Amino acid sequence: MSVAALDLTQIAPGFADPTIDSQAAFRRVMDAVARPGTIQDLSSAPEAPEGLDRAAGAIALTLFDFETPVWLDPTIRGGPIEDWIRFHCGCPLTQAPAEAAFAMIAEPLACPPLSAFNPGNAKYPDRSTTLVIQVAALVGGRSACLSGPGIKVRATIAPTGLQDGFWPQVQANNARFQLGVDLLFVAGGLLTALPRSTRVTIKGD
Amino acid sequence: MSSGSNTQGSNRTGRYYNYAYLDEQTKRMIRRTILKALAIPGYQVPFGSREMPVPYGWGTGGIQLTAAIIGPDDVYKCIDQGADDTTNAVSIRRFFAQVADVAVTEETAEATIIQTRHRIPEKPLKEGQILVFQVPQPEPLRGLEPRETETRAMHAYEEYGLQYVSLYESVSAYGYIANTVGYPTMIEERYLMSPSPIPKFDNPKLGDNEAILLFGAGREKRIYAVPPYTRVRSLDFEDYPFETQTWEENCALCGAEDSYLDEVILDDAGERMFVCSDSCFCAERRASGHVGTMGDHALAHLEGGPPAVASPVAEPA
Amino acid sequence: MAYVAVKGGEAAITNAHRWLAEDRRGDPTVAEVGVDQVREQLSLAVDRVMSEGSCYDRDLAALAVKQSRGDLPEAIFLMRAYRTTLPRFGYSQPVETGQMSVRRRISAAFKDIPGGQVLGPTFDYTHRLLDFTLAADGGGPIEPALQAIEPQPYPMSTIASVFDHEGLLETDPTPAADAPEPFDLSREPMTFPAGRDQRLQALARGDEGFLLSLAYSSQRGWGSTHPLCAEIRLGEVAVEFAPDELGFPIEIGELTLTECQMISTVTGGMEKAPEFGRGYGLTFGHCERKAMSMAIVDRALRDAAELDNAAPCQDEEFVLYHSDNVEASGFVQHLKLPHYVDFQADLQLVRRLRREYAARETAMKEAAE
Repeated sequence: MSVAALDLTQIAPGFADPTIDSQAAFRRVMDAVARPGTIQDLSSAPEAPEGLDRAAGAIALTLFDFETPVWLDPTIRGGPIEDWIRFHCGCPLTQAPAEAAFAMIAEPLACPPLSAFNPGNAKYPDRSTTLVIQVAALVGGRSACLSGPGIKVRATIAPTGLQDGFWPQVQANNARFQLGVDLLFVAGGLLTALPRSTRVTIKGD
Repeated sequence: MSSGSNTQGSNRTGRYYNYAYLDEQTKRMIRRTILKALAIPGYQVPFGSREMPVPYGWGTGGIQLTAAIIGPDDVYKCIDQGADDTTNAVSIRRFFAQVADVAVTEETAEATIIQTRHRIPEKPLKEGQILVFQVPQPEPLRGLEPRETETRAMHAYEEYGLQYVSLYESVSAYGYIANTVGYPTMIEERYLMSPSPIPKFDNPKLGDNEAILLFGAGREKRIYAVPPYTRVRSLDFEDYPFETQTWEENCALCGAEDSYLDEVILDDAGERMFVCSDSCFCAERRASGHVGTMGDHALAHLEGGPPAVASPVAEPA
Repeated sequence: MAYVAVKGGEAAITNAHRWLAEDRRGDPTVAEVGVDQVREQLSLAVDRVMSEGSCYDRDLAALAVKQSRGDLPEAIFLMRAYRTTLPRFGYSQPVETGQMSVRRRISAAFKDIPGGQVLGPTFDYTHRLLDFTLAADGGGPIEPALQAIEPQPYPMSTIASVFDHEGLLETDPTPAADAPEPFDLSREPMTFPAGRDQRLQALARGDEGFLLSLAYSSQRGWGSTHPLCAEIRLGEVAVEFAPDELGFPIEIGELTLTECQMISTVTGGMEKAPEFGRGYGLTFGHCERKAMSMAIVDRALRDAAELDNAAPCQDEEFVLYHSDNVEASGFVQHLKLPHYVDFQADLQLVRRLRREYAARETAMKEAAE
């Protein structure tokens, strides 16, 4: 865990009204997880440091704190994004994906395998990592067809810029339910979620 | 830390308490719990339940859930036994009107958050609504196995034989499954879940609901959830299928044939009437012209509120 | 009378609150009791409320006692509900009861121990005779207690230090510098098996009456621990806090504590040198009955791991889940809330069962004829 001093003059502001703004953001996140595949709007969140999308920043401000070890992908460690998250959230940082309550992935091509994160255990499957995966866009990539709790019949998402072999990992993640990690995809101010309960089929598979 | 301990509040009690009563760190903890509960439907997530200014057993789980999700744009409804005007529902509704500056309503369709004890409203819920259940005992197996260490293992390894044995014993003793409230449900064919002490009449409303269903047990420190459009099966046997309550009577006030009825005793000679448990549903039906056999009864005219009750009221003749 | 929900709830609640306020005040011709009077003259009630309310503030506890009309579980609940809203700045350093400024310290294990037997302010050897002079006029002037001729040693050695050189008494390992913070029940839900930190915290917050009865049941043979009161000490300890920006601890206040060390069953044997086991009790203020009960139950719970047939006081889930009077009182009393929807379902069932019973009886009778 790095505990270098923060240069406070360089820290961009967080929510203007932490109480009301985090409540509003949480409801979007809750709707996203309750209705996998729907796209939720977090664009009223404040601008995060360069390299971190608004929606990703809003999730951090809403959910991270001293009780949640956070894993940052190596591309955003040690810079203004880390400083901003540490300052506003006061969360411990961890280098071990399996110890993380949250993982912030700004570069999905550099994302460790999903199985590297904490899937919880049989008695406490809730003690698992939630991954925030930042992509260029939530539509335009390969289509994944979703079904399961929260989805009326079918839903489709198509985030761009994911590594080859990502979707089989998501399928494997779902296959070991009740264990598993939960995914939040963000792009700009938008958010969509893929909890472990969602079954994924890829066209052509 | 800017988001750490914000105590500003625009509400009237803001001088003493944060918006929606809970401090921001507690809200974050509950919010994280809700997300895990939604991701693992029917699984009871332990959480650091706090002491609330109402007693355990009186809705502290539901109150903490509401406090963690509510915002100034919400419209809040609170019912107990299906009714908005029961004392504890009034008390909780007043609490949130005071600490969260929200609009309150008695109309099911108007509400964005409905907190409930023992009922699901008769009017189908819609997308955008959240139903918050107050749960006294979240563990469906607790009556069969008192030890948490044992029941947690049963859920972990999907060993629900004990529950089926109990239902089978009921069939042996009575010829059918005699469970009436808190009837056990299976969520997405994985987790056995207590629907809270709602009558089994309400069980069919749990599955494929458009709303988000959140369950909070404050004293037992558990939160669980059923997302919208989730498969919920009330346990039964092929030859002893699940069935709900029905009445020979209709609502005496609005004539409804298909709502859950309360029995109101009229005298000591066995005279009684049946009325809708869902006060909003009943009032709306009466407002649109439906009348039951006792449509003139005093219970139908309570919307304005009776005089203050300082001592037991004599029974209406 | 029918049991229908109280309608017009809002007005009813407001009026009930008014009536309650009137009853709390009692006869208005009698002077109102001041919070300072409660704090000074009902000090043991205040101590219990601080202890089980998990919040050390004599004035607030006195206010809670006054507001609750002397209903202590209700006062404890008020303290807990207030406590939960307080911001948390951090955790203090562990207090050193060995450094206590002792007002009372007794040991039943030895005739005399270093520092002597100090009775202090105790009911122990009072004859329980109602003192009617207190009713009449406050009992008149109080004869001050005599000062000791020689000053008491400080620090007053503990029973553990007495046993130290022989190693006869079980000691607790000193936690490693990087050991995790102790479990905090006010932040995390109970988990099982519980560590001793979680257990002791639960017992410290637990209901005095419940723990007293469990301890008593243990003494009567339901999970006996053969307790012997090695030491009870009452007095003041300093509280230290190490702010991050300073990096060293500073004293921020003083607490009155009651500590009880119970010697119990000899442990060890083949693999480990035999020694006396210990049970530990600690409370805010002067709560001796509670501290002793806690120490016995702590020991009983520690013995339980090896047992198949645990007595109630040895059953961790049973004890820890049922010791909190805020939880227990709330849930027992929630039965006052309307349950008529559930009851209607049960009524329907019983009526149906009775119809079916009657039909069977009739059928049997007809078959017999």
